[in-house]
Amino acid sequence: MSELHSETALDTAYVRTEMLPEQTPPVTVSGPIKWARENLFSSVWNALMTIISIYVIYVVLVAILPWMLNGIWDAGSLNECREIRDARGGSGEHGHDVACWAVLVDRWDQLMFGFYPSDLYWRPILALVLFLTAIAPVLYDSLPRKMLILTVLMPFLCFWLLWGGSIWTPIVVALGFVLGWAVVKFGEGTLGSMLATIGAILVPILFWMYLTGPLISGLHSILPIGIQSVESRAFGGFLLAFVIGASGIILSMPLGVILALGRQSDLFIINKCSVIFIEVIRGVPLIVWLFTAQLLLGYFLPPGSNFDLMVRVIIMVTLFSSAYIAEVIRGGLAALPRGQYEGADSLGLNYWQSMQLIILPQALKISIPGIVSSFIGLFKDTVLVVFIGLFDPIGFSNAIRADTDWNGIYWELFIFIGLCFFICCFGMSRYSQYLERKLATDHR
Amino acid sequence: MKKSVFLGTLAIAGAVAGYASAQDGGTLAQVQERGTLNCGVTTGLTGFAAPDANGEWQGFDVGVCRAVAAAVLGDPSAVEFVPTTGQTRFTALASGEIDLLARNTTWTFSRDVDLAFEFVGVNYYDGQGFMVPRELGVSSALELDGATVCIQTGTTTELNLADFFSSNNMSYEPVPIETNAEAQQQYLAGACDVYTTDASGLAATRATFEDPTAHVVLPEIVSKEPLGPLVRHGDNEWGDIVRWTLNALISAEELGVTSANVGEIGSSTENPEIRRLLGTEGELGAMLGLEADWAANAIAAGGNYGELFEGNIGEATPIGLARGLNAQWTDGGLLYSPPFR
Repeated sequence: MSELHSETALDTAYVRTEMLPEQTPPVTVSGPIKWARENLFSSVWNALMTIISIYVIYVVLVAILPWMLNGIWDAGSLNECREIRDARGGSGEHGHDVACWAVLVDRWDQLMFGFYPSDLYWRPILALVLFLTAIAPVLYDSLPRKMLILTVLMPFLCFWLLWGGSIWTPIVVALGFVLGWAVVKFGEGTLGSMLATIGAILVPILFWMYLTGPLISGLHSILPIGIQSVESRAFGGFLLAFVIGASGIILSMPLGVILALGRQSDLFIINKCSVIFIEVIRGVPLIVWLFTAQLLLGYFLPPGSNFDLMVRVIIMVTLFSSAYIAEVIRGGLAALPRGQYEGADSLGLNYWQSMQLIILPQALKISIPGIVSSFIGLFKDTVLVVFIGLFDPIGFSNAIRADTDWNGIYWELFIFIGLCFFICCFGMSRYSQYLERKLATDHR
Repeated sequence: MKKSVFLGTLAIAGAVAGYASAQDGGTLAQVQERGTLNCGVTTGLTGFAAPDANGEWQGFDVGVCRAVAAAVLGDPSAVEFVPTTGQTRFTALASGEIDLLARNTTWTFSRDVDLAFEFVGVNYYDGQGFMVPRELGVSSALELDGATVCIQTGTTTELNLADFFSSNNMSYEPVPIETNAEAQQQYLAGACDVYTTDASGLAATRATFEDPTAHVVLPEIVSKEPLGPLVRHGDNEWGDIVRWTLNALISAEELGVTSANVGEIGSSTENPEIRRLLGTEGELGAMLGLEADWAANAIAAGGNYGELFEGNIGEATPIGLARGLNAQWTDGGLLYSPPFR
């Protein structure tokens, strides 16, 4: 046997002299097929589930896509839509039902700007551009730091653009902040840090209470520069949602940081005030606060008082959101190791310096996902103002339906509003993920 | 932090300023000083109040607002429309945010007395009705024993429905819904046999269906819902102005004064009541503290009562409501304005 074997081995020289060329792996273990086998058809059950899922997706898409894609864009009313659809003829099973997107075309201005005067639409648009430009250096630190000047000026400019009126209003109001800053800057040496802090809060308040009004009217009579003023009542649609959402986000962030620090503070009164504020605000639903803003303030304030409903709503939304932000940031503060606080102390930094340089940068980084999800929640919660009679996009969808032209139209409006909110919220969520990746300095 | 303190400060300052201005004169003086009328309307009810594509408010209740603005200020467009919800409407009026509420509000004892408002009249006599699909073959609400009924929760319609069925010894199964929009969907989807709400609402809802003729509104009306504009207690001069503006619109229809002829009929007619109404004779306007042509302005704004009705909710519109109870007393309806003398 072994003889025979060795013989054949000798006769036919079965040894390769050159290397075989590299071959591509079999299709079943690479590329999309491998992926599908591993992820979709790894077992009988999974294969079954995959097939069922694909079928369900197919059924849903078959029902929705023709409805959406064959939608009618050019019509003056729901009945016209129905006529156009019937004129097209019932094409196939779902030819009977097509979306009537024409309502969006017809009421686009209202959904976007509400009752804002149509010849002034450039102002909210410019304000939005300004807002995006101004927050860009905050969001992306690769941009030139000089742009932060614009960020500081942005709230006043946007206020002026949106509401109009005399240019002196935002300037004089901004002057109050300058005063506060000046008190801190020059008072710290002479008055001591405690008195300077109190002064920095009191001086601007007194300035705003007693000097702002006369100063504005005085300056305006000397140098009347202004643009047409627009009342809050004219705001509506996404403009309203953006203004409430953006003001709430911008104002609640610093307030939330202060509340979080207050809750961690050793000073008894500050600590308890912060705790009570946070717990009371968080313990009551937002809609109750909005009703408070609308109804109770209406009763408490003297008859005939004309305190802007939108300002009341912005205040309530800001307070509500700041309580949540405070708790998120407190979580970040609590997550920092004790050593960080002690390290800051050992460097001889005072409280504000250690917070500003050591503690908050780390705590805020940890809190980013929570903060952003609070902001997303806040932005979506702005639609609750529909219950106090403000015309946000949802409010407008009701008002549009109350017109005989469009009565009976639902899905088109809700899909559009949902899509707009999705774009904004998804954008915020992606940004927070980008930020987390960029700031990831932990040990991996 | 500082910014919200600032806003709070603004709030206090605004309140103080508002308080100061509220002290001088009644509502009339305030409206005249402001130059606009703050009129509370719904956030949107078909035929009664809704903004059109240009953002202009249109509707039957809106017509009342414009008429009052025209009577007081001479300009039907000098109205600031304040949208109110069912929850916020009474506070808005009580707090002075609005001067007048024209928001299909039912005149009831407790609203008039307990909430301290003054209903100045009735601009629409409504009542709860029933709508059923025609294929059900029902021709009377008394045949609805055992039906499933779509009904808005937390409204008087819910109580009226229970009263009606129990007093007729019938049973029903309620399908609670939250809004009119939801009700339309549920009803069309067949979740309930019957949809019940105010008859005007049923007509408006039916008008939006693909095939309105496939649904019938049953003849029974099971409740009284007199809808009217209202003002605050305690300012009778202002209440008189709104009441008599509404009466002027009703009288104008009775006397044949329309928006088309209001300009010349005052001087051409011999009818003394028309002459008094339009201010070419007598001093009715001055008694109200208004111009002599106050009623003429109110009628010119949107027409007399009949014109407002036909233009917004009448049979020529998609809503197609018949005059019914809302016809003049001379035509068998309930509209009956006291005389202008």
